[in-house]
Amino acid sequence: MMQEGLDDGPDFLSEEDRGPRAVNVDLQTDATLQVDISDALSERDKVKFTVHTKSTLPNFKQNEFSVVRQHEEFIWLHDSFVENEEYAGFIIPPAPPRPDFDASREKLQKLGEGEGSMTKEEFTKMKQELEAEYLAIFKKTVAMHEVFLCRVAAHPVLRKDLNFHVFLEYNQDLSVRGKNKKEKLEDFFKNVVKSADGVIVSGVKDVDDFFEHEKTFLLEYHNRVKDASAKSDRMIRSHKSAADDINRIASTLYTLGTQDSTDVCKFFLKVSELFEKTRKIEARVAADEDLKLADLLKYYLRESQAAKDLLYRRGRALVDYENANKALDKARAKNKDVLQAETTQQVCCQKFEKISESAKQELIDFKTRRVAAFRKNLVELAELELKHAKGNLQLLQSCLAVLKGDT
Amino acid sequence: MAASSERSPPPFPESEEQELEPDLEDEDSDEGADIFTGGMLSDVVMDPPLPTSASEPAKDIFSDAPADSFNDPLNKTSAEPEKTESTGLSKAQVVSLVDKAADDEDLFSDPLGESEDVSAEVHKASQNDVVSKADLFGDDDEEDLFKEPLGAVTKKPQVPLFTEEPNDIFTEAKAGSKAPSDLFTEETFTAPSAAAAAKPSVNTGSKTNGLHSDEEDLFAEATVELSLDSPHNDKRKREAAKPSVPASTLSSSASTSKPQPKTLEELEEEENEDKFDLNISVTNPEKVGDGMNAYMAYKVSTQTTLSMFRSKQFVVRRRFSDFLGLYEKLSEKHAQNGYIVPPPPEKSILGMTKVKVGKEDPSSAEFVERRRAALERYLQRVVCHPSLLQDPDVREFLEKEELPRAVGTQALSGAGFLKMINKATDAVSKMTIKMNESDVWFEEKLQEVESEDQQLRKLHAMVDSLVIHRKELSMNTAMFAKSVAMLGSSEDNTALSRALSQLAEVEDRIEQLHQDQASNDFFIFAELLADYIRLLGAVRACFDQRMKAWQRWQDAQNMLQKKRETEAKLLWANKPDKLQQAKDEIVEWEAKVSQYERDFERVSATVRKEVIRYEKEKTRDFKKQIIRYLESLLQSQQQLIKYWEAFLPEAKAIA
Repeated sequence: MMQEGLDDGPDFLSEEDRGPRAVNVDLQTDATLQVDISDALSERDKVKFTVHTKSTLPNFKQNEFSVVRQHEEFIWLHDSFVENEEYAGFIIPPAPPRPDFDASREKLQKLGEGEGSMTKEEFTKMKQELEAEYLAIFKKTVAMHEVFLCRVAAHPVLRKDLNFHVFLEYNQDLSVRGKNKKEKLEDFFKNVVKSADGVIVSGVKDVDDFFEHEKTFLLEYHNRVKDASAKSDRMIRSHKSAADDINRIASTLYTLGTQDSTDVCKFFLKVSELFEKTRKIEARVAADEDLKLADLLKYYLRESQAAKDLLYRRGRALVDYENANKALDKARAKNKDVLQAETTQQVCCQKFEKISESAKQELIDFKTRRVAAFRKNLVELAELELKHAKGNLQLLQSCLAVLKGDT
Repeated sequence: MAASSERSPPPFPESEEQELEPDLEDEDSDEGADIFTGGMLSDVVMDPPLPTSASEPAKDIFSDAPADSFNDPLNKTSAEPEKTESTGLSKAQVVSLVDKAADDEDLFSDPLGESEDVSAEVHKASQNDVVSKADLFGDDDEEDLFKEPLGAVTKKPQVPLFTEEPNDIFTEAKAGSKAPSDLFTEETFTAPSAAAAAKPSVNTGSKTNGLHSDEEDLFAEATVELSLDSPHNDKRKREAAKPSVPASTLSSSASTSKPQPKTLEELEEEENEDKFDLNISVTNPEKVGDGMNAYMAYKVSTQTTLSMFRSKQFVVRRRFSDFLGLYEKLSEKHAQNGYIVPPPPEKSILGMTKVKVGKEDPSSAEFVERRRAALERYLQRVVCHPSLLQDPDVREFLEKEELPRAVGTQALSGAGFLKMINKATDAVSKMTIKMNESDVWFEEKLQEVESEDQQLRKLHAMVDSLVIHRKELSMNTAMFAKSVAMLGSSEDNTALSRALSQLAEVEDRIEQLHQDQASNDFFIFAELLADYIRLLGAVRACFDQRMKAWQRWQDAQNMLQKKRETEAKLLWANKPDKLQQAKDEIVEWEAKVSQYERDFERVSATVRKEVIRYEKEKTRDFKKQIIRYLESLLQSQQQLIKYWEAFLPEAKAIA
């Protein structure tokens, strides 16, 4: 069992590790609507996801169906949630990050250029590695898109969203397009305004202790999870480079072993063989840390941002409500437009209360989900670390036994 | 006596064996005590007779042989280097050989049992010899030296081919054979020489073959000795074993006839092992003085039972330049003779400046420790070398309270500059010397050394990068640990918060593990490689010394040729007045040629012996260090398991 991890080829993100879905979020599965990504295809710079739905809900024509979707369509769906006033009280599931294969592709290309300068073995080895890396990124991308859909499907309100249903069922291109420059610029200004506004809004003392607490918590939490995520990335990156070094050491030892005429050559060959195996384990350790730790942190970075956005919307609504109150007071004092002010105040009050109500539940759910996800991931992380360390230990022990028998 | 057998017609191979043996025996007998100094020369001198022993194929050829334009020196040289080398080897490896021989006797007991008339067996064995030699060595490069006719010969040690050249040698040998008596014990030697007398057809070719194979034996045995049970070696051993049969017969006969050499050998063996009775440690680096004049002084403590030292335990303080000075002295004296003088660690202006500036930062502490360890290994290598250990400068370095300040070790001083120029001219002359390699062994070894150098450098660079990445990893892990701790402190679920701070602790410990492993990577693995890259430089230098010796000899020969031509011209021109002077010059140059030739042979022998010694040490060092390194890895994995096992319940406790 310890060895099992060693012999699999480039596909080092095996199913068992990836988990079929919802890597970073713990969701109650509900038989009435199940969504997964059954397949994905990488076409040049595009990734095509096959979204597979199984549902007993009456508004779908069939019980089971699949459509092909691209990243942009996921973003469209996400944006439609964000823009929908109705959902202002929810933590909108964070959009999946853009698939980024550029780095990996570039490396593959460089490898092609450098083909002449290395030996055939080195080349095939490097190629295998890069392919494995590519595959890993690919799988991660798929997983993150899937998580998004699962989160939506598990949400009591969002799952009923019309756009979502269209996304799942309409079997043709949704003909969404990426945002053009103008829109991007608009987005940028919106963000500037929002963050400026956010500062004003967050300065307002909350009447509700729960939200006041959540606000300070999320603010801090978000920053720290951001920091932790960045640090974990760096840690994993250096772990990967160390594994690469071990790999190169293994091949040089091999060359040394083949050309050495003294009998230490057996040592070189044996150690080369050992390093060849241990570096695979090291690479897996790095990959698993990436999956269990870095991805978790990254997901909660985005999720906490979504929760912060929710608080912002609520804060905004609160400020609006207070302003409406003031306006109403003014109107009453002047006895002018009182009715209009009253309705505005009513609307604002309702909106605020509605947001507050669902936001409270959402934030509590967020915490539950977070704790469960951390538990799951940390347990798995520890188990995988143990498995790998034990595998390493075993390899080292048997190699040492052989070498010592030889001296 | 096995000798009797030689007279039977097909003995050509035996005779080789015989030769080998005598060589070996000689080594044992006379050299035992101080192998490296006097013995060598005398051996060389006596060597010439040896070739004679080869027997059969020569006769017909003999007649035509003289026709070849070889001049004796050439032939002789080609033949002799081999011998000397072999002797050199045997010296170094005598012990193993003898052991081996004993073993072999058992193994091959049947043939030996009847060994009185070994001829058949020996013959077979020797054939094996030849064959194995052919396999092992591919082809003989002797040819080059021998000019055209030989060129054809060399590839395969077939008797007929070889036969041509030897005559010259033979004649020479004859002359020589009377002389050599001194070192050779008569019993052993007489046999071959008798054989030679009986069949004057000695052929160098076969002789060299014999020698070759013998060397091979020694060589193989040397390695075998190191790890007897390794399967890889077994193969070699078997190969080696065959040829060694004759050796064993000889040695057995020899040993019966003269028990003395063996005991001497044993003594030597003991001494070899006793090397480690000399325990040297370099400790307590201490900064002396201030500012840019500051230097580090190290405590050099020696513990020994060797009688050459005045006491069993003594301590001196030495500074880095003293170590360099020791190296300078040693290399001045011994490098030109083909010895591998272990090089000390390089000067590091940057590293030392840091230390001098006196900041107590970890990098300068690491620098000092690294240098201390390197100096210790350097001294240990020096004293492990049997002939360097005998050097008075080494003793002085270890024992004497005050050493005169070493000069000229500064990298930037005038002396350093001169050295640089010397090195540059050396490099140029190295390029211009085109040596016709007379000995495949050297050619192959040099190639091996060069490719090993290349690979080791590559490996060293990679291990260095591993060290860097591991340090980076350790640093990043530390930062991650901090950041996780912060995350834990802001988490409002108590169990999760606790688990996160536990995770932070685990990561903290792992950081330490990575850091320790990085220093293990460095001190156990990278430094070993750095040492051997330096040592390989010394190995190459000793090959260069051999080449220089060869060049000197060649130059002398050319000069002699010129003198002869002048003589011929004078003769033609009938100028008797100048003729005498020319003749004198010829005599003078003849002496020089033979002197240089002997030098070359001696250097060659030393180089060969040294290289084998180096390989033996390399094997030992690498094995030891690799095991140490793997053990360090093992330990860190064990720790890792402990840490994660402790963490697992914490993770599970999150609710």
